[in-house]
Amino acid sequence: MQAAEPFLRLEGIRKDFGAFTALRDIRLEVAQGEFVCFLGPSGCGKTTLLRIVAGLEAQTAGTIRQGGRDISALPPAERDYGIVFQSYALFPNLTVFDNVAYGLVNRRTDRAAIRSRVAELLQLVGLPESAAKYPAQLSGGQQQRIALARALATSPGLLLLDEPLSALDAIVRVHLRQEIRSLQQRLGVTTVMVTHDQEEALSMADRIVVMNHGVIDQVGTPIEVYREPATPFVADFVGKVNMLAGTVEAPGRVKVGARSFSGASCNGSPGRAVRAYLRPEDIVARPIAEGDPNVLEARIDKIEFLGSYCLVRVVAEGLGEQPLTVYLSLNYLSEQGLRAGSALKLRVLAERMRVFDS
Amino acid sequence: MSAVLAAGGARVRQRVHWTDRTAHLLLAAIALALVAFLAGPLAAILAQSVEDARGRFVGLENFFAYFATPALAESLWNSVWVSLLATAVVVPAAFVYAYAIARSCMPLKGAFRIIALVPLLAPSLLAAISLIYWFGNQGVLKDWMQALGIESIYGAPGIVLAEIFSVFPHALIILVTALSLADARLYEAAEALGTSRARKFFTVTLPGAKYGIASAAMVSFTLVITDFGIPKVIGGNFNVLATDVFKLVIGQHDFQKGAVVAIFLLAPALLTFVVDRFVQRKQTSMLTARAVPYAPRPQKGFDLAMTAYCVLVTALMLAVLGMAMFASFVKFWPYDLSFSLRHYVLGLVDMEVGAAFVNSLTLAFFTATAGTAIVFAGAYLVEKTRGAGWLRSGVQFLALIPMAVPGLVLGLGYIFFFNAPQNPLNFLYQTMTLLVLCTVVHFYTTGHLTAVTALKALDAEFESVSASLKVPFWRTFWRVTLPICTPALVDISRYFFINAMTTISAVVFLYSPDTKVASIAILNLDEAGEPGAAAAMAVLIAAASLAACIAYLCIGWLVERRTQAWRASK
Repeated sequence: MQAAEPFLRLEGIRKDFGAFTALRDIRLEVAQGEFVCFLGPSGCGKTTLLRIVAGLEAQTAGTIRQGGRDISALPPAERDYGIVFQSYALFPNLTVFDNVAYGLVNRRTDRAAIRSRVAELLQLVGLPESAAKYPAQLSGGQQQRIALARALATSPGLLLLDEPLSALDAIVRVHLRQEIRSLQQRLGVTTVMVTHDQEEALSMADRIVVMNHGVIDQVGTPIEVYREPATPFVADFVGKVNMLAGTVEAPGRVKVGARSFSGASCNGSPGRAVRAYLRPEDIVARPIAEGDPNVLEARIDKIEFLGSYCLVRVVAEGLGEQPLTVYLSLNYLSEQGLRAGSALKLRVLAERMRVFDS
Repeated sequence: MSAVLAAGGARVRQRVHWTDRTAHLLLAAIALALVAFLAGPLAAILAQSVEDARGRFVGLENFFAYFATPALAESLWNSVWVSLLATAVVVPAAFVYAYAIARSCMPLKGAFRIIALVPLLAPSLLAAISLIYWFGNQGVLKDWMQALGIESIYGAPGIVLAEIFSVFPHALIILVTALSLADARLYEAAEALGTSRARKFFTVTLPGAKYGIASAAMVSFTLVITDFGIPKVIGGNFNVLATDVFKLVIGQHDFQKGAVVAIFLLAPALLTFVVDRFVQRKQTSMLTARAVPYAPRPQKGFDLAMTAYCVLVTALMLAVLGMAMFASFVKFWPYDLSFSLRHYVLGLVDMEVGAAFVNSLTLAFFTATAGTAIVFAGAYLVEKTRGAGWLRSGVQFLALIPMAVPGLVLGLGYIFFFNAPQNPLNFLYQTMTLLVLCTVVHFYTTGHLTAVTALKALDAEFESVSASLKVPFWRTFWRVTLPICTPALVDISRYFFINAMTTISAVVFLYSPDTKVASIAILNLDEAGEPGAAAAMAVLIAAASLAACIAYLCIGWLVERRTQAWRASK
């Protein structure tokens, strides 16, 4: 009759805290084995949504189905998931072994089976030697992996990660995110992760759910969310962006200040006020051929050195007061001898422009 | 099949797991117990105060009758000014002492601190007995006192002095805490701006400690106005509210006026309670996570002055304590000062205080064990289980009330409530069980707050993790929560034990000849004209409390080694 039911399906989820509505009409499907990130600023409801999936909060309305089962009204203990919290919540007075075995002791009576399962899990997270240690003897990143091993110990169908990396320092964070991702792919466990870090979401997820003020703004692959943001909020929240206020001149033409850009994907009646969103990398310094459309004469206002790339703020002729931010490679800047005050030509890839009503 | 019906506005209710249901039942049991042993008795007092002797509602008539009795109205005024005076002395005195402990580099800080806390180990009336030996009719320094213009120690002077001694440690604890919560960065900033010492004190130190000072003043006032033992022993003909309650209820069986006085005693305690809650919130918000703890630096003159002050205060305290001990070992004061155990023999054997002492130990033991279990279970259920929100807030609220209820008032409520023939719990009246329950309730709040603090320090997600691993909450309670919290449990238990040993106010209404406790026996000895034996028994109680403290210290150390090994591994 129908395609296989998604592994996890949220329908019309709503959550009220008194008069405040934290979540509104949340609709989402997650396929078996998928890695989904809830991304949004703090207070957008992403953690609440995760806790509702876990049954740690009860939704005010709406249904949740997991693995073909309606779990909307089930308490956490009757659902099937493992969870890792931002604080890890490792039991500090139990050894790593006892922490990982915590959920196993209840189910399997066979001690040898528990021992071999714990050993297997510690191997999996790359800490085979740590069984006898207490959590306080481990580094933050190691604690994180133990929490992951504990959550995976009972082979749950769903893995929930609540900002699992935000308590770690930058280098460990970058390293662990690849590790978690590859572990997830190896085990094929359906995973939902909450994060406010867009880079984390972009690099780890199969699909990103961008949330704002209790609603889902966009669901899509990292590339979709980045390249084709569905709302101004998404464009602004994910990645850097230039926002230009303008008007529609004609279908496919946007006028900003005295300049008009052709090839933009916009329609609607001429004269409508719009905001055009443009990524810094969609304004390029080369190659520019003679006669290319959408070329700007610009002057460098400020250069922020970031390493191999620099964030360059330019003021372009005809755009009025609105400055643009572009990425230019350090090599290009030095080859051309560019510095603050220098003039240069820039080409706007107008087809990449996202145009929204203002 | 998979068509999902839209919820269509119907609220989703999560099914309650049976383990959560169990938690709710336990929580309900705690709530019920608090209603029966706290709310019930308090309601009985309120009811009694607006009824006549035959149980008819008379509105505020009892209150009018009270004020129409000049002797009673005078007690109200006596209580107020005596308490104000004692507070006015004890708070500055304790402040300087606390300042020395928290902000100077004087030597022997630990010793000074412990000596100042010693009064907590004995019933408050120990100080009164001791003052009688110093300044009473046959007192050593009676002439000095009279030279200062005080005719007799019996009455207001004795009450004020004894209260200062016994309330000092309470004020000190609060003030040391307040002064320890200083942010060093403020002082560094002040110093960088070239601020003088005095200006730093008035612009940084005092504002930082003002809530602590307010709290200490309120607590001191309440403790003094509700204390029964001291005015009973040294008050003479000087009547105060606390002694009035006793006379009205036990002597004249005028329950209605007794209830009226109880309500007067409840008022300052309630006010203290409200102010204290407010203060606590302010105090904690003052110190942010980024504050740097203040560490005093040596300053010769200042440290010397502080040491001198602390030596003086501890000398006075030891004089009070020492006199009681000395008098208890003297053959016949003041004529034959040779060593004798006569008073101990007289007290323990002839006056049968031995049995009372055993009763005290029994009371303290069961309060310290059952009380700790109940309080910790209650705090755990409130803090760490899911669902049953209204039950949770109910228990939370009831758990804080005992702080605002003086022992005398609670004890009176127990008479009204449990002595009523129609109360199905009437069979408990005058039993040791009721004494234990009353004492647990009397000191419930401090134990509860200690437990809550310890529980709040645990990761809030332990229970969520357990649920996701399908481990029932009691297993996590047993394997994780309880082991981590054992140091707090030891603290709570010690607090219960010491207070059960020394309490008078609540139990004075509730004992029978079989369940009389030692602190009450001391009162009786004193009334019977045996101050030496009374002193001896007070010393024994202090010794037992001290022994208990040492025992708890050892238990604490053992427990720490067994359950807190993971902390050391950092």
